[in-house]
Amino acid sequence: MATNDNIGPKRLVVGAHYGLRDWLAQRVTALVMVAYTVILLVSFLTGQNFTYEGWAGLFAQQWFKLISAVTLFGLFFHAWVGVRDIWMDYVKSVGLRLTLQVATIVWLIACAAWSVQILWSV
Amino acid sequence: MSEAVREAPKKERPEFRNIHVTELSNYRLPLAGLVSILHRISGLTMFLLLPFVLYLLEQSLRSEISFAYYQGIVSYPLVKLIILALVWGYLHHFCAGCRHLIMDMHIGLAKEQARHSAASVLAVSLSLTAIIALKLFGVF
Repeated sequence: MATNDNIGPKRLVVGAHYGLRDWLAQRVTALVMVAYTVILLVSFLTGQNFTYEGWAGLFAQQWFKLISAVTLFGLFFHAWVGVRDIWMDYVKSVGLRLTLQVATIVWLIACAAWSVQILWSV
Repeated sequence: MSEAVREAPKKERPEFRNIHVTELSNYRLPLAGLVSILHRISGLTMFLLLPFVLYLLEQSLRSEISFAYYQGIVSYPLVKLIILALVWGYLHHFCAGCRHLIMDMHIGLAKEQARHSAASVLAVSLSLTAIIALKLFGVF
């Protein structure tokens, strides 16, 4: 039998999920969303054309489509980490928790596909 | 020494458990705890309203007709209330999230400072929500 070196002071605290990756992803995606909020606010405060043309014109630009998509993907990842935490904290039954987690992932992937369709239909 | 310890009468040790759901109503959370649970509630609210937001985005972008239709939808008072819930959720989650990011840099971790920043989160998010509510319902 191989000896288990992964205990005590030798225990690896990163590298095998231990939560750091999700924690970091949540922070990074949060910063992306803050940046997007600032961009939206600036374009709202400097905007003059508050009609359909102005709104669709903003989303018609390729760079805006791309940053919107990146932000939305970040949001879905962020939501996954947060909602998973909620299921882990409150749902004690393993079967039910797994079901909810799978449903959350499926739902968020569907939302990601939907948002791509919305963004690139303008 | 060890015998003295052994012979000491066993004291009833207090037992602490997580509070039960039924005890929630008479448990007063500290301000930071209130911000924390509202962070969670606002996050879950926005997650649940995600299809509504994507639907509105789709309607607003699809065509000029659907844009007008979208404007019609958001003029219903009930829809305005849902949007206001979203606005509050977003603002609270945003402010509490920024507080988290600052605390991640080991700033403001002391008890009093954390209490103050929690109060600021509530003050900023609630007053901005109030302003947007007045705007949304056409007060100004």
